[in-house]
Amino acid sequence: MSYAFVEVQQAAKRFPGGKGEPDLTVFENVSFQLEKGEFVCIIGHSGCGKSTIMNSLAGLDRFSDGIMVMEGKEIDGPGLERGVVFQNYSLLPWLSALENVRFGVRARWKDWEDARVTEHSLEYLEMVGLKEVVDRKPAQLSGGMRQRVSIARAFATKPKLLLLDEPFGALDALTRGVIQDELIKIWSRDRQTVFMITHDVDEAILLADRIFLMTNGPEARVAEAVEIDLPRPRHRADIVKHPHFYTIRNYLVDFLVTRSAAMNTADLDRKGLQYPRAVNPVDDEAIADGADRAPAEHASDDTLVNFTPKETRHG
Amino acid sequence: MDRTTTEWNFSLNVRATLLAVVLLVIGLGLWEGLNYAPAASGGGELSEYEQLIAGADETAKVPPPSEILVRAWQELSNPFYDAGPNDKGIGIQLGYSLYRVLAGYFLAAAIAIPVGFLIGMSPLMYKALNPYIQVLRPISPLAWMPLALFIIQDSEASAIFVIFICSIWPMLLNTAFGVAGVREDWVNVARTHELSPVKTAFKVVLPAAAPTILTGMRISIGIAWLVIVAAEMLVGGTGIGYYVWNEWNNLDLTSVIFSILMIGIVGMLLDLVLSAIARMVTYEE
Repeated sequence: MSYAFVEVQQAAKRFPGGKGEPDLTVFENVSFQLEKGEFVCIIGHSGCGKSTIMNSLAGLDRFSDGIMVMEGKEIDGPGLERGVVFQNYSLLPWLSALENVRFGVRARWKDWEDARVTEHSLEYLEMVGLKEVVDRKPAQLSGGMRQRVSIARAFATKPKLLLLDEPFGALDALTRGVIQDELIKIWSRDRQTVFMITHDVDEAILLADRIFLMTNGPEARVAEAVEIDLPRPRHRADIVKHPHFYTIRNYLVDFLVTRSAAMNTADLDRKGLQYPRAVNPVDDEAIADGADRAPAEHASDDTLVNFTPKETRHG
Repeated sequence: MDRTTTEWNFSLNVRATLLAVVLLVIGLGLWEGLNYAPAASGGGELSEYEQLIAGADETAKVPPPSEILVRAWQELSNPFYDAGPNDKGIGIQLGYSLYRVLAGYFLAAAIAIPVGFLIGMSPLMYKALNPYIQVLRPISPLAWMPLALFIIQDSEASAIFVIFICSIWPMLLNTAFGVAGVREDWVNVARTHELSPVKTAFKVVLPAAAPTILTGMRISIGIAWLVIVAAEMLVGGTGIGYYVWNEWNNLDLTSVIFSILMIGIVGMLLDLVLSAIARMVTYEE
């Protein structure tokens, strides 16, 4: 049997219940595949176990059941081939921005000379626009700048799989937009495989090739894998003008607001290994509407719900 | 400088210094003045007893600041003379004490910091060793003195041992506390970068816990300097503690007060050094 780049099969997380009570199952029967070079976002309400999935892929947590395989090797424990960007930046506060990136680069390439480590680190700091402040300590940087350092540290080690745990969750909307652009820029260079948690539907559409949708916990599932076939390179300003944008957006919002809670987990659990159902909202709508009506018009006229990104941010 | 009140426009530091100087002048002035105040006698006829002792004071007086300043000048202008076992310069005596304090202190640090790391990282070690620490910690360091003298059979080494035993606890507990409190996120950074346990300890845990460890070291040096005076009064021979006691036996109160002052100044300097080091390793989150 051939494996995808990353395989997660029938993963589950359970916490032991109290005396006489059944175990608490956060999620189970979670299986998915990541292809090499793919950008995948995972969306779901708080408590569905997104972070557990991410931390397990990082090797910092463990599933109660199920396996993770990356390039044919089982993942058990953290490793340099998987880079992590945490929501709270996780910079070492006693090191400057440059030293923090150097920390990662030095760990990755132990035999490099100091000058080369510094040069490589500076290159990535420059890519996220921090060339002027490399000698500042994290406490002297704004939240956005800190997250940029963290992103530079993760990308500079050139991991095969990058795990981003809600990297922009703590940032204001303007800063978030700027760093999203930088993330796209830095990602376009090396095309690493990225797996990212987000609560922001627009962010997910802007960044992702596929979006995994999780039902509400406990006993959550990864229900669907929504394809985002908007052309790249994407830009924040232009993407909303694309005729498919609102079709996709409405589909995602509809899932989060109504279907994620209503979905019956038993319907999703069939025998054997199940990957999330692949969905393409644009194609589906075109089929449903018939060929005479353009999907985009339909989307903007009828199904546009009154909804702002803020409302999806439950975390 | 565009405040409306220009009269008191000095910075806080300048005002604090002024106030401190004023307090010093008042304090020393009172001390000096009271020393020379006439005795409580009403100025009448001398009694027979007073005539007999020919005007000498009934009770010995604490020497006034002027005398102490003169003594300080004498002692400090030649601090390292050595005229036999009972007459050594203040610099030599302080040197002996500092040597003992630093020897015991660094010995304690060499044991307390690694053991503190162990206790901080391993809940098992913490639970196993905690009862011993809790029993040994409240023991007055001087209570160890007879046992130390009996086992070590050397007064010099016993004094060092007493310093060792009193300065080990704050360093041990603070190291353990600091290491146990290192943020999980930072350890995770080390784990995701595949750092070995030794590298994690030196590159992440040590710098993260350093401010807490330094706080413990600062407490320890303070306690060690307190204890050395008492320890040297017991073991005798050399050191600032012995010097104080020796001058008391000589009834030379001027020297006693001068050496008390020196003990305070050296203690302050030790604390300043440690706080400077602490400032170097402190980080802002």
